[in-house]
Amino acid sequence: MTGPGAVPLGQRINFWIEDGLGAIVRSPVGSRLRRWGVTGKALVASVPFFWLLLFFLIPFVIVLKISFSDSVIAMPPYQPLFGWASEKVLEIKLNFGNYAFLIEDNLYIKAYLNSIFVAAVSTLLCLLIGYPMAYAIARSNAATRNVLLLLVILPFWTSFLLRVYAWIGILKNNGLINNTLMSLGLIDQPIQMLQTDFAVYVGIVYSYLPFMILPLYANLEKMDLTLLEAAADLGCKPWQAFLKVTLPLSLPGIIAGCLLVFIPAVGEFVIPALLGDPGMLMIGKVLWTEFFNNRDWPVASAVAIALLLFLVIPIMFFQRAQDAESAGVHK
Amino acid sequence: MSGGRPWFRMLALALGFAFLYIPIVSLVVFSFNESRLVTVWGGFSTKWYGALLDNQQIIGAALLSLKIAAISATVAVVLGTLTGMALARFGPFRGRTMLSGMATAPLVMPEVITGLSLLLLFVTLEQLFGWPEGRGMTTIILAHVTFAMAFVTVIVQSRLAQFDESLEEAAQDLGARPAKVFFLVTLPIIFPALLSGWLLAFTLSLDDLVIASFVAGPGSSTLPMVVFSKVRLGVSPDINALATILIVIVAIGVAIAGVVMSRQQKTRDRDAQMALAANQQMIDSLKKG
Repeated sequence: MTGPGAVPLGQRINFWIEDGLGAIVRSPVGSRLRRWGVTGKALVASVPFFWLLLFFLIPFVIVLKISFSDSVIAMPPYQPLFGWASEKVLEIKLNFGNYAFLIEDNLYIKAYLNSIFVAAVSTLLCLLIGYPMAYAIARSNAATRNVLLLLVILPFWTSFLLRVYAWIGILKNNGLINNTLMSLGLIDQPIQMLQTDFAVYVGIVYSYLPFMILPLYANLEKMDLTLLEAAADLGCKPWQAFLKVTLPLSLPGIIAGCLLVFIPAVGEFVIPALLGDPGMLMIGKVLWTEFFNNRDWPVASAVAIALLLFLVIPIMFFQRAQDAESAGVHK
Repeated sequence: MSGGRPWFRMLALALGFAFLYIPIVSLVVFSFNESRLVTVWGGFSTKWYGALLDNQQIIGAALLSLKIAAISATVAVVLGTLTGMALARFGPFRGRTMLSGMATAPLVMPEVITGLSLLLLFVTLEQLFGWPEGRGMTTIILAHVTFAMAFVTVIVQSRLAQFDESLEEAAQDLGARPAKVFFLVTLPIIFPALLSGWLLAFTLSLDDLVIASFVAGPGSSTLPMVVFSKVRLGVSPDINALATILIVIVAIGVAIAGVVMSRQQKTRDRDAQMALAANQQMIDSLKKG
């Protein structure tokens, strides 16, 4: 395509990169950085490191700080923690009142427990629906497998908010399900489904199902099928082989999938806000209300810290699993 | 060979996919409904698309969301690639555990916590340094970069773990500096992963309601924020029209990606076959000689 003597664009770009990088490395700045022990690798790792430090870790310290301060009507609506009591005495006013408030008012404890319960049940439902699907996808032939996998991921690419919204039209009193049942003559009056706990479960399971299927599929697809043949040769019935071989081997996938569903579901806000009963207590909704409606930033912070303390253990579990997974692939 | 009963697997897939797709199909069908009552069919009409395009608030919010999504996806890909490289290729280094922890935690962190903590950070930073001045597009972008880069990191890291390090080692043995190895060897190989990482980050940003609500300022309402405030008051057919447009865009994007990838796969297969054939020829000629 290119005439004789013309250098293809790709190669030209490569030359630019080479020259540019060489110039930086050879420049006085480059050699000075090297003398300080600043290597390219350290630079590469430190950029995301400091980004995450500033925008991920430090914010939690600030949340912790503000959870100990008093709420005032001002902007920002909280009192500074540090003040000068006299000229030389630095005063730190720690206010545990926000946490005491969380314990005294049993609304918060109820909301925590209810969120954990709803998240746990939804996770179990996701597992019950997702496992057979992941299994079926992993055991179909290669061409079908890719199409099925794409079909699992596809809804995930369309807006989450709009997919939750779709359920309002399906579940409401003159919605798709009730209209169908009534026209078939199966019921005389619409069944109340929207604004119930049932709708919240449907919404969470529906939205988080791909997060369960994908790690399960990744695990089941890697499984050595000769193990099942061996089990069959030794006289195992298919369901026995499933319980004794497939299920235990897929445990890492089950754990990863369950954590990916459970942890975010505990703090879920959009689904209970759109599909649930307005009075339904979910901790994500409580935090949202404290922040946006009551403008009580310190109490919202205390709610966040308490939620985080509860989730730290499952999150660390998840990181362990994630690390083991990437290390396993590496070998 | 594959074990299990085929009918059971078929049933699981049929029910599962029905569950996943019926809501989406219903969104599309009722966007063409004449009646304002979204779920009662009143005849075919495209009037809600017209209503949507006349809605300046939604159009403005959509443009803002697209801008935010494009910028934050690009930054997230750069930072996520750096993180993925450091975690997959640098071996043990000081701070590795912390980096990997900070890079994976945003994947599961409840959005209300991320949103609140980032808002408090921005407020504190503004008090201390006067930056970022107020809240709006900048703060939303910073927030979206932070949580989207976690997803990019996972994709890049797993792609790096899949391919053989020996290619990079070979380039280094031939005298290429590490940076050159990265741009000439690593980057072209992981490019598909970067592309899907960018698309994922873009989608996540475009879709985010909770974090954006916390860190947005007055006058910077993103599309999900406008949709949420509308939807809270009940169903409205123009939102169905909006959903349908988004679904069509995604479907076209996926179809294009599918065609490109299968074409690449074919080229790769053909190259592999040609290499095999050449090998065979060489072996044959050696045998003869």
